[in-house]
Amino acid sequence: MSYLQLDGIIKRFGSFTALDEVSLSVQQGSIHALLGENGAGKTTLMNILYGFYQADHGSLQLAGKPLNVASPRQALDAGVGMIHQHFMLVDNLSVLENVILGLPGGLRLKLAEHRRRLLELCERVEFTIDPDAVIAHLPIGTRQQVEILKALYRDVDLLILDEPSSVLGPGEIDAFLRMLNRLKAMGKTMLFITHKLDEVFQVCDRVTVMRQGRVVGNVEIGDTTPAKVSRLMVGRELAPPPQRVGNAPGRQVLQLERLSALNDRGIQALHQVSLEIRAGEVLGIAGVDGNGQAELAECIAGLRAPSSGDIRVCNESVLEHDVATRRTRNKIGYVPEDRHSTGLILDFSLWENAMLRDSRRAPFSIRGLLRRAAAFARTEDWCARYDVRMHSIQQKIRFLSGGNQQKLIFAREVECNPDLLVVMQPCKGLDVGAIEALQRTVMEQRAKGKAVLYISTELDEVLAVSDRIGVMCAGHLTGVLERANANAERIALLMTSTVATGASL
Amino acid sequence: MNTLLRAVYGLRMLWAVLAAFLVGSGLILATGHNPLRAYAALFEGAFFDYYGLADTLVKMCPMLLAGLAVIIPMRCGLFNVGAEGQIYIGALASAAVALYLPEIHWLPHLLLCLVAGMLGGGLWALVPGYLRACRGINEVIVTLLMNYVGINVVSYFVSGPMMQPGAPYPYSPEIPAGLQLPLLLGDADTHAGVLIALALCLVLFLVLRYTTLGFSMNAVGKNPQAARYAGMSIKRHLMLSMVVGGSVAGLAGAIEVLGVKYRLYHLFSPGYGYDGIVVAFMSGLNPLLASVSAFFLAGLSTGAQFMQREIGLDVTVIDALRGLIVIFVAAGLAWKYVVPPKAVRQAARANPTALTGELR
Repeated sequence: MSYLQLDGIIKRFGSFTALDEVSLSVQQGSIHALLGENGAGKTTLMNILYGFYQADHGSLQLAGKPLNVASPRQALDAGVGMIHQHFMLVDNLSVLENVILGLPGGLRLKLAEHRRRLLELCERVEFTIDPDAVIAHLPIGTRQQVEILKALYRDVDLLILDEPSSVLGPGEIDAFLRMLNRLKAMGKTMLFITHKLDEVFQVCDRVTVMRQGRVVGNVEIGDTTPAKVSRLMVGRELAPPPQRVGNAPGRQVLQLERLSALNDRGIQALHQVSLEIRAGEVLGIAGVDGNGQAELAECIAGLRAPSSGDIRVCNESVLEHDVATRRTRNKIGYVPEDRHSTGLILDFSLWENAMLRDSRRAPFSIRGLLRRAAAFARTEDWCARYDVRMHSIQQKIRFLSGGNQQKLIFAREVECNPDLLVVMQPCKGLDVGAIEALQRTVMEQRAKGKAVLYISTELDEVLAVSDRIGVMCAGHLTGVLERANANAERIALLMTSTVATGASL
Repeated sequence: MNTLLRAVYGLRMLWAVLAAFLVGSGLILATGHNPLRAYAALFEGAFFDYYGLADTLVKMCPMLLAGLAVIIPMRCGLFNVGAEGQIYIGALASAAVALYLPEIHWLPHLLLCLVAGMLGGGLWALVPGYLRACRGINEVIVTLLMNYVGINVVSYFVSGPMMQPGAPYPYSPEIPAGLQLPLLLGDADTHAGVLIALALCLVLFLVLRYTTLGFSMNAVGKNPQAARYAGMSIKRHLMLSMVVGGSVAGLAGAIEVLGVKYRLYHLFSPGYGYDGIVVAFMSGLNPLLASVSAFFLAGLSTGAQFMQREIGLDVTVIDALRGLIVIFVAAGLAWKYVVPPKAVRQAARANPTALTGELR
């Protein structure tokens, strides 16, 4: 019997269709995987189930009854619980307090009774958690268990798990998967959002694959293979390699040796990544968001200290160098992922942003004094040559479109004449024209003999500019393919395997 | 239309002050006096009377320096509520050098006194600066609490080791006449410290606007993450801005001792450090405009006394008026954030999935 039934769900944001006639059927007591690339619509669908959004069309049924949720509270009442990727816990409260936070039940707290019931529940699901431990002192894996306890304590029967394994370390993942099986044995139904195929094939019963807001596949795990599923996920034949000037790669510019690093939460995000880029070569890095790409770029730019390994630029180790030295001496240009929070100061004018990274050097300043006239002239020149559309260089950059903001960042990072250009997610949220202009800039740099590291979650983009394509998954560089050998199937497999094959196919 | 709106917006601090006066006239009416006469007495006394103006300038000096002590760290995004304590410690250090350093020529001695004041205030501010930059402890709380420590440290010294023998009240011996700041206006007590404060104002304006240091301070204040990406050291900027701010407040304390009181008194500052916060916000963190707002606020204090003498209105009305000014100035600041950034709306329209991402 189908426990959760979605029929023809449509959700639009303005002219953008996030979900297009999505139908989904989940059996009671099963673990159902929902797979897809970034922007495939997984999270939007879950947000509809959990009452954050309303569907424009379509029907939802839970246990045979229509499900109408206008808020997460109503979803909980209906028996739907969600485990968010980023935990919704109050760090300085205890486990017990977090679990009962927001429960209805009048003014009396009845802590003793809640503690008894919570301990009973822990016993049933085989969690060993001290109800009085403060969240801030618990490891990440245990915090996730608290999130799950919160849902179970409210008697939910359907658990939505949004990329639950992305926050866990390798040891914790096994324990987590075992726990899913225990919950299944208790008769709970789980909807498991992920992009890691091996986890899907370990615990799930059925898998639904989404792509660009549509369901493109719905199969029993027993009837399929990881290769088939990953092809469904990427789902397109690759565009033929663009015509490019064949220039033989030159000297080695960037060399990473077994580079490892932690992310902001202290979990290992990079595992012994080794790669090299030569002059006149673009190395693309593909992979689903959050698999160590940001940490990789930050390590190279000097914004994050690696935990082990070495970074060499033109045969010189840069580990001891700070951000400014890496820019001026090692000639690393860096276009960061988030132009609003890192790449630009939105309240600064165009010319101030143009000189942001070189304010201490000529021509922008001499002996500590700003040279405004030179900065103005430089900015005007860049805006003209990189086609930054603006009213005035005195204008705050906040008021430019994303594409024009990004063009100015590119101008700044390219005009400092780098040997190595690191570009992270440059085309996120941009229109086709801007994307084309930025990729042209990258190709010009390649032609000039620069080494480029081009990181993006958009496969098309990576394929359009790269000479070689590296793929990252769960912090491993799972493989590096020559452009000519790259096909959707191979890349998708590398994108979803958490074991480094180290293959240079 | 647009330029008109911008002009109106640019003058919002003026509107805030006018609004405060308007509400204040209601208060004066309630006490049974004529608000117009009261305000006339206030302004005449504060700005058009020879001795009144001299007194306004004397009060302006510490308010202005305290204002600068708030503005400098604020440019780096730090809120220094501790100018009051820094004033006290600066005054203590300056008085100690004036009283206990063996006699040397007056000019180097006087300069040493001023430098000691700056060092005192600067070191006092280094504590919250270090705690914030290296330990992430909120600077508002630390600076605020250190005010009480600073005030009481001075009280301890002037009622103990530094107390004038036989004095009826906790104060130190008088500092030698040679170390007292020269007076500017004949028999009125306007001292050379006013010129120091105004000069510092100008220097600070130029530094913030025309040097790489000013540029990077602003960058750190507006967006620390981008400043780090730009290769600037956040920690160094945070600590430096606190220390420089604290030393300017310390200078205010030194000038109070050397130019006004000629002794170190217990509880000598009537809250100049807190006035500095109002000065800073009224000026929109612009050092040049800070001199205007400090002059105006000092005038209110001076004028209040004239008003009381002439029409018998209690000075507490002026305290209420100052409170109203703070409220309206703060309300005026809130306006900035109501204007919806167009770029954000456009981005939201162009890329609705960005919104779904935020909700996860």
